[in-house]
Amino acid sequence: MAQAHAEHAHDDHHGTPTGWKRWLYSTNHKDIGLLYLYFAIFAGIIGGALSGFMRWELAEPGIQIFPGLAQMVYGVGGDASLDAGKHMFNVFTTAHGLIMVFFVVMPAVIGGFANYFVPLMIGAPDMAFPRMNNISFWLLPPAFLLLLLSLFMEGPPGAMGVGGGWTVYPPYSTSGQPGPAMDYAILSLHIAGASSILGAINFITTIFNMRAPGMTMFKMPLFPWSVLVTAFLLLLALPVLAGAITMLLTDRNFGTAFFDPAGGGDPILFQHLFWFFGHPEVYIMILPGFGIVSHIISTFSRKPIFGYLAMVYAMVAIGAVGFIVWAHHMYTTGISLNTQRYFVAATMIIAVPTGVKIFSWIATMWGGSMRFTTPMLWAIGFIFLFTVGGVTGVVLANAGADRALHDTYYVVAHFHYVLSLGAVFTIFAGWYYWFPKMFGVMYNEFLGKLHFWIMFIGVNLIFFPQHFLGLAGMPRRYIDYPDAYALWNSVSSWGYLVTLVAMGIFFFAMFEAWARKRKAADNPWGEGATTLEWTLSSPPPYHQFENLPRFK
Amino acid sequence: MTGLSFRLIQASLAALLAFIPAAAYAQVGQPAPGQVGFQTSVTPIMDSIVAFHDNLLMWIITGIVLLVLALLIIAIVRFNQRANPVPAKFTHNTVIEVVWTVAPVLILIVIAIPSFGVLADQETMPDGERRYLGANIFSTGDVEVPEPTLTIKATGFQWYWGYEYVDEGFDFVSVMLNEEQRMAAKPDEPRLLAVDQELVVPVNTTVRVLVTAADVLHAFAVPSFGVKVDAVTGRLNETWFYARRTGMYYGQCSELCGKDHAFMPIAVRVVEQDEYDAWLAIAETGDLNAANLVLAQAN
Repeated sequence: MAQAHAEHAHDDHHGTPTGWKRWLYSTNHKDIGLLYLYFAIFAGIIGGALSGFMRWELAEPGIQIFPGLAQMVYGVGGDASLDAGKHMFNVFTTAHGLIMVFFVVMPAVIGGFANYFVPLMIGAPDMAFPRMNNISFWLLPPAFLLLLLSLFMEGPPGAMGVGGGWTVYPPYSTSGQPGPAMDYAILSLHIAGASSILGAINFITTIFNMRAPGMTMFKMPLFPWSVLVTAFLLLLALPVLAGAITMLLTDRNFGTAFFDPAGGGDPILFQHLFWFFGHPEVYIMILPGFGIVSHIISTFSRKPIFGYLAMVYAMVAIGAVGFIVWAHHMYTTGISLNTQRYFVAATMIIAVPTGVKIFSWIATMWGGSMRFTTPMLWAIGFIFLFTVGGVTGVVLANAGADRALHDTYYVVAHFHYVLSLGAVFTIFAGWYYWFPKMFGVMYNEFLGKLHFWIMFIGVNLIFFPQHFLGLAGMPRRYIDYPDAYALWNSVSSWGYLVTLVAMGIFFFAMFEAWARKRKAADNPWGEGATTLEWTLSSPPPYHQFENLPRFK
Repeated sequence: MTGLSFRLIQASLAALLAFIPAAAYAQVGQPAPGQVGFQTSVTPIMDSIVAFHDNLLMWIITGIVLLVLALLIIAIVRFNQRANPVPAKFTHNTVIEVVWTVAPVLILIVIAIPSFGVLADQETMPDGERRYLGANIFSTGDVEVPEPTLTIKATGFQWYWGYEYVDEGFDFVSVMLNEEQRMAAKPDEPRLLAVDQELVVPVNTTVRVLVTAADVLHAFAVPSFGVKVDAVTGRLNETWFYARRTGMYYGQCSELCGKDHAFMPIAVRVVEQDEYDAWLAIAETGDLNAANLVLAQAN
């Protein structure tokens, strides 16, 4: 970006709060950002462990793991443990989805990286509403707790937990599961949603009002831009989810019939409301990653972003079009032919701005002088894997082809390629990129690269064979499958083990960096890193930019 | 031969089979071990889905992925700090930006044309006049499909299917066989797919299927037919299929419906018209066992 004069006095005249007060009462965007990141790592361990049990169960045909697990966790014995195990599998798919979406990816990219780096990158001393920032974060642990509690509440008669999938379609989420587990999950989503809405308001206000003097909107770096678009998506999408699950709550507890045909309601209405939120939600998870990857590619190619303006407009376009494509999740519900035609056309349009981004990243590398540090590997890996997930999205956009693929493992493979391999790769890219800035120490390059390569192999082993399973017709959310699907399921489960090794390396690398304490320079990445955060010390002072940097 | 060595031979045979391309021995109506593509099509609708996916979409998406991969590799080889120590400073190139915006639009149009045709075929009940695309997805339609002469109402329950022969006026439920029952009654049929009473329909006949649910959402799906439609409480969704080959065709519930979601398969038995007539004559009286005996004797 443009040259900046970062004149900041490192004057801690407020005094830095210490101990638990520093974290619990924190109004400091960097502390809150770190809290979000730690929270996301913690939730990620739980969400990842849940998927581990699922892959273990699916490693071979038959039901092996879950009855015993249900026996251990819920204390059911004998024949009842088989039924409890079957339901528990659905509970795990549900919890895995909800945790990964609401408690891992969103807190990491929006609460974590955006909180920490948006003020730094736009030259602001802090977020616009620091106290609101505090409550945004502190709403998350109780929300997560409610979701975890739901695992131990009755769901369907005689079984524990919510087993309706993260989409919680009625009537299975209303009359199908009368127990309190679903109410706990609904309340959890309400609170997590409120947290995100408050965060979104904070980001929009901060970005509109607190940019350093001279930094016009189109001089602003791409990461704050991506967060701005994301914040608008959050602000417009989450209230719709809140409305939908509130109706679910009143249908369940107060005798309304929004989604009950017996009372004049319609279960499909819920799906429309859910996906009106749910589709923008997937862009909410990936857009900040787009911003992160842009900076990393530019930094390590020592070259400015190619087509900055097109990159901005592409994100705005993806965000806007993301609101008018929701029913492509519903091609098989019986919506009319003309409705399906519209959603096919609208959905395919998204491929255009997405293509612009992919090609612009490659053009940024083109002619550059690339250095393959760990964050750069993650960013390049992201571009490739996101392309694979993107093109299967084009396949699924066609209602005609989706007829055969809807609700099969092909869909599972698709959305894990764009999220588990897309969004999560951008999280690791950002983590390694900003690690020296956030913690003031360097990670070990060898360990970081080893983590990348093993994880790259592992996640591809997990998810690529799932395309085959889906094409061959294996439905999602199945605890057991016909024996013909055994081969690719087994490959997929081995892939999980490889990924698990990679995560072990990640945690070891973090421990190694913490133990060795190699001092990181203010700007460890060299002249390619041009954004404002690299003008500050590593880690940045408790309060930065007390004299605002000026842009020409 | 001892049981163990027999099982070992069986297992190694199965492992061998798993690596033979699926098409070489593809069973119709169910997935084959290690399969990487669609199940064999037996309807004009699935023909068009297979043609659309295998002959058009797969080429395009593979091409795009390889293009991106090639560009990445070239960039990595040519523009690393050793090969190119001084980076260029360009940030714009209007021509290339227009190209990579317009080219995807053109590709999408190429996809959209057959896509809309394939979709319209699926959603349009045959009237005897309309021509369907079949495998020829760039045509204007050349496959004749007769009007439906049989209407089945499929109802999803937790956790089995109910089938009503609407005009014939009888119905039954179709429940998955557990392992004990399957080994006793239908050992040749696949685990988790075999049911106690299949839906029986005649070959070369357009069958209208009305789909609904009694308790929670389910979905009626048969991969070989290219059919998948949600079973929704309070709604009657409509789909159709025209199977040109006799045999047993399996599908599985495709909308999460609770603990036994994985255990409520759909099994459709497509038989010759005269067999169907004989089956129907007895089935209408309510004696399904006797009706099935007629089918067993016919084979």
